[in-house]
Amino acid sequence: MKLRTALLGAAATLVMAPAAFAERGADGNVKVLYSQAVSILNPYLSSGTKDVEAGSLVLEPLAGFNEKGEVIPRLVTEVPSVENGGISEDLTTITWKLIPGLLWSDGTAVTADDAVFTWQYCTHPEGGCAQAARYEGVANVEAVDPQTVKVTFAAAKPNPFTAFVGATSPILQKAQFEACVGAAAPTCTDPNSKPVGTGPFMVTDFKVNDVVEYAANPNYRDPAKPAFATLTLKGGGDAAGAARAVMETGEFDYAWNTQINPELQAQMEAGGKGVFVNAFGTLVERIEMNMTDPSADLPEGERSTAKHPHPILSDLNVRKALSMAIDRQLLVDIGYGAAGRATCNLVPAPEIYASPNTDCIAQDMEGAKALLDGAGWTDSDGDGIRDKDGKKFTLLYQTSVNPVRQDFQALIKGWWNELGVEVELKTVDGGVFFGGDPGSPDTFQKFYADVEMYANNFDGTDPEPYLAQYTCDKAPRPETQWQGENINRFCDPAYDELVKQLSATRDPAERGALAIRMNEMLTKDSYVIVPLVDRGRLSAHSNTLGGVVLNTWDTELWNASDWFRVK
Amino acid sequence: MLTYTLRRLLMAIPTLLLISLLIFFVVDFAPGSPMSQIPLTVPPEVRLKMIEALGANEPAFYRYLLWLRQFFWVEPAYWMDARFGTDLAGGAQRILSWQSRSPVFDLIGQRLPQTLTVIGSAYVIGVLIALPIGIYSAYRQYSWFDQIGTFVAMVGFSVPTFFTGVVLIVIFSVNLGWFPSIYDTTLRVTDWASFQKQVMQMAMPVTVLALYNAAQISRYMRSSMLDNLGQDYVRTARAKGMKESVVVLKHVLRNSLIPVVTVIALGIPTIFGGAIITEQVFKVNGLGAALINAIHASDLPTVQTLTFIFAVLIVLFNLIADILYGILDPRIRYD
Amino acid sequence: MTDAPIPAPAVAVVDKPRNQWRDVWDQFRTHKGAMAGMIVFVSLIAFVTLGPLVWTKDPTFVNPDAVQMFKSRNMPPSWASPLGTDQLGRDMLARMMAGGQVSIAVGLVAMLLSIFLGTTVGVLAGYFRRLDGPLMRLTDLFLALPLLPLLLVMVMLFRDSLAGVFGAEAGTFLLIVSAIGVTSWMQAARIVRGEVLALKEREFVLAARSIGTPPRRMVLRHILPNVVSPIMVAATLGIASAIITESALSFLGLGFPPDFPTWGRLLFDGVEYMQLYPERVMWPGLAISLTVLSVNYIGDGLRDALDPRIRGR
Repeated sequence: MKLRTALLGAAATLVMAPAAFAERGADGNVKVLYSQAVSILNPYLSSGTKDVEAGSLVLEPLAGFNEKGEVIPRLVTEVPSVENGGISEDLTTITWKLIPGLLWSDGTAVTADDAVFTWQYCTHPEGGCAQAARYEGVANVEAVDPQTVKVTFAAAKPNPFTAFVGATSPILQKAQFEACVGAAAPTCTDPNSKPVGTGPFMVTDFKVNDVVEYAANPNYRDPAKPAFATLTLKGGGDAAGAARAVMETGEFDYAWNTQINPELQAQMEAGGKGVFVNAFGTLVERIEMNMTDPSADLPEGERSTAKHPHPILSDLNVRKALSMAIDRQLLVDIGYGAAGRATCNLVPAPEIYASPNTDCIAQDMEGAKALLDGAGWTDSDGDGIRDKDGKKFTLLYQTSVNPVRQDFQALIKGWWNELGVEVELKTVDGGVFFGGDPGSPDTFQKFYADVEMYANNFDGTDPEPYLAQYTCDKAPRPETQWQGENINRFCDPAYDELVKQLSATRDPAERGALAIRMNEMLTKDSYVIVPLVDRGRLSAHSNTLGGVVLNTWDTELWNASDWFRVK
Repeated sequence: MLTYTLRRLLMAIPTLLLISLLIFFVVDFAPGSPMSQIPLTVPPEVRLKMIEALGANEPAFYRYLLWLRQFFWVEPAYWMDARFGTDLAGGAQRILSWQSRSPVFDLIGQRLPQTLTVIGSAYVIGVLIALPIGIYSAYRQYSWFDQIGTFVAMVGFSVPTFFTGVVLIVIFSVNLGWFPSIYDTTLRVTDWASFQKQVMQMAMPVTVLALYNAAQISRYMRSSMLDNLGQDYVRTARAKGMKESVVVLKHVLRNSLIPVVTVIALGIPTIFGGAIITEQVFKVNGLGAALINAIHASDLPTVQTLTFIFAVLIVLFNLIADILYGILDPRIRYD
Repeated sequence: MTDAPIPAPAVAVVDKPRNQWRDVWDQFRTHKGAMAGMIVFVSLIAFVTLGPLVWTKDPTFVNPDAVQMFKSRNMPPSWASPLGTDQLGRDMLARMMAGGQVSIAVGLVAMLLSIFLGTTVGVLAGYFRRLDGPLMRLTDLFLALPLLPLLLVMVMLFRDSLAGVFGAEAGTFLLIVSAIGVTSWMQAARIVRGEVLALKEREFVLAARSIGTPPRRMVLRHILPNVVSPIMVAATLGIASAIITESALSFLGLGFPPDFPTWGRLLFDGVEYMQLYPERVMWPGLAISLTVLSVNYIGDGLRDALDPRIRGR
């Protein structure tokens, strides 16, 4: 099914490609449905995916990523490299050359000043810029001349494609946002909801959290594009409803992130009005093991902190046994179908960073039982639950509310029960779980449970910041207001050392080897993180919408300028 | 009655202030953070900065007073400015949503049309169906009409709207293709064709909600009519030779309306509150969707403002209900 | 007749004074709908309480053998599982039984709590003028409070402490029931108050008051019996909304553990599969509707039976 869909999609694109060279605006209106409604179109004030993607139709970065994760030029003539002299030998500067004659949708010229302004806008200490991480390490951005932007880094930057690359760091128009710097940023309602951009479309009407209406940008750099005169981006509802509107009723042309179970996918495909497209990125659904004791008997402030190691999960063999009992392929078949693959890695892509490890894919229940027996966890009192030194093997397993996650919980509970482990399940409202409110006991950072499941990925194609999350000092704890990214409180000085080494390494092959090494330390060697499923992106488009290429490395609407109506 | 009304209106001010304070602290105290919908890829330091930029880290009491000022002074000033071209506001900060950074009152303005048309007409239709059904069911108690009415009402009330909504979509949008499954909020009614479109897209959400509302109100109407039909004054009226229609529709109905008025008065503010699930199923994106969205995103200014307006309507309509009691039954005295 | 000074000695065998509740029961029995409702309701209770003793499959059991599990998914009704199985191969009959225990219990207890609170507040506010203002403003406050944040706060504050005192399951049950009860009494209170306001000006109340009946007796003997019928309606509607609200709580992660079935949750989960396996939504939908319908008819019969004007006929 997956292959057929892909082939059909590819065939359609090829056959219909000539149609794309039609006149701008010849194909009328295209309707896009997002199951989460758009709140704001300035990605610097909200990094919600839906907001970034809705904004990306208007605001463009200097360069973006294509569906293979390669950097492609957008507002520049070519992608800088050491070879073409765009990147300095010592990797501390990168120079971008703007396309000559580039115009904003209001007809004024795009200059290097706009890029400089954007950097100042996002790095202003009072602005609360959501994408500040994209500009980390940038010491200076200067306009060498109106066409040339030079970014200087504080230190050698092996991956300079962060600032002004990808939909999360687009160029803002200085003239429009000049009065919106710093504390004034959030109060500039008009620019934030109707930004002037260089993209294929411009906003004509925006109803907050409901619908955005776009019209073709008359000053778009390719005079033949976009093929659509208007674009409607509606938000709201749920994934199944969105998929239904494209696949079964044919009311919409494109539905974003239609994550539904494989059976529903098959049923919707039978509707015959559209196709699903899927692509894989770096999103991994995983189980995180708590290395510290979450027991409610401990005083508040010591619960789930490094003071008390976990009484059961501190043992490597126990963690390994729990991982071995899981049949990842079955999880994929039930929860994701074509939109998922079993994985043993925290970093599943890009290829040079992905470990080849597949040890965990095959379920090994007997092996797991033997490991637990060997670790001293036996069912000594015959109640079906293993115990050791009078302590029962009981786990509290929490996750956020989501039908697929609840199915996963039930399945994994079944396997762990078979292993002789008592499992108590708990679900938390997503807003609370991911909210990080230090006052709530139910956040994923506080981790008042033994194991928890969620998904995470990294921005762009470089896993360095992602892998750097697992250093000892990034563990959430009371002193940090329970903020921190090292959720399982993994702490290994050797790992911290590797993080330092990675940040100092420039050679891509060496970086890849290091990343693979670190990934394996977290997964295969220690089973602190138990990856389950590499989750792809599943979206749907109608049979009459051509030119769709799903891209997980940048905004999904990255090539909306190439979309056209299949006639 | 007039002094009573005035006294109640005066009393409403401290009541509403207290309510607003309580709402504020409940919402503020609830777990969750405005950062909950931000991807995990955004590092904690950046999140902290974003919270600071929103002003969400200020002490709660300060934020409450700020909101009070914005709600009672700045927003009316902006309204006056827009209306009469004055300059009272002087560029003061309006109530901004944390999610969209746009004024909450603009959001309400965008949401009101579809909320009133869909939820409002569903309510009106619900009431218009419910009253005759309730009256006739009671008048002919245990007749076939009554039995069927009871059955439909009970099933209609016990089957939740997330179910009926999807059933209607599957039947009428997917299989028959009669109605759109997604409500188009950008549609403007300018001519007959667009009016037809509007009716088509309202059909399903209005049906779902009207059924639900009618089920509830018809039950109260029926039971209250039954109580009164057995009273002595009904026998007296009939004995006096009054027409049956007059007996039932004037005497009995008037005396049976008190609980029904209560239920309807409680229902009208909920029109403003929107219908969260139905709006979500049909993507109507009215005020109900706005509220639940804001709650999930811990968008405190939006939640507080919407809930407070809701509270004002509740207090107002309960007052209207109390006044109506006095008109329906002049023996009821408040003074 | 009234002139007769002394009853005739012929009537020596005086009937035993009939018990009022016996009268009520006799009247109730003649109400066909009520009896049917009673039978259905009792069978539903038997289904959920005695059923699991006969049908001993574990409602949360997921076959750990992947191949077996995959084969047993989404089965249509068969002898092995009369109502079919769900997407993880769990037996629907067992889930319906287990779910029914919780749903009926939550529905009834939460409804009773909300009706009790509503009636108390309504009667007090309607009858005692001094209490009217404060109590009705309290009602306004509860009506205005946004439900979801309130529930989140309640869960955050009380879940662990209740679970500590009563154990995890009883604690959750208490929390859910009180959360639903505490947030749903306002309508009943407003309705009862409206009725009481009208009632207390009626002649029989004035008569009772003029002979010095104390307020307690007034309320219990004269006012309450006359507001039974709206309370009955509120009660039946209350059960339905409590069952649905419970499911809403559980998919917010505020209710029972996620693999613990309840009718509301089964219905919610089934909606997704509605086109493929319509029976998945039918069973829980039917069960909830039957419960509410049967309670409604019982309520009808009870109201007729409690009304002395009808009882005589």
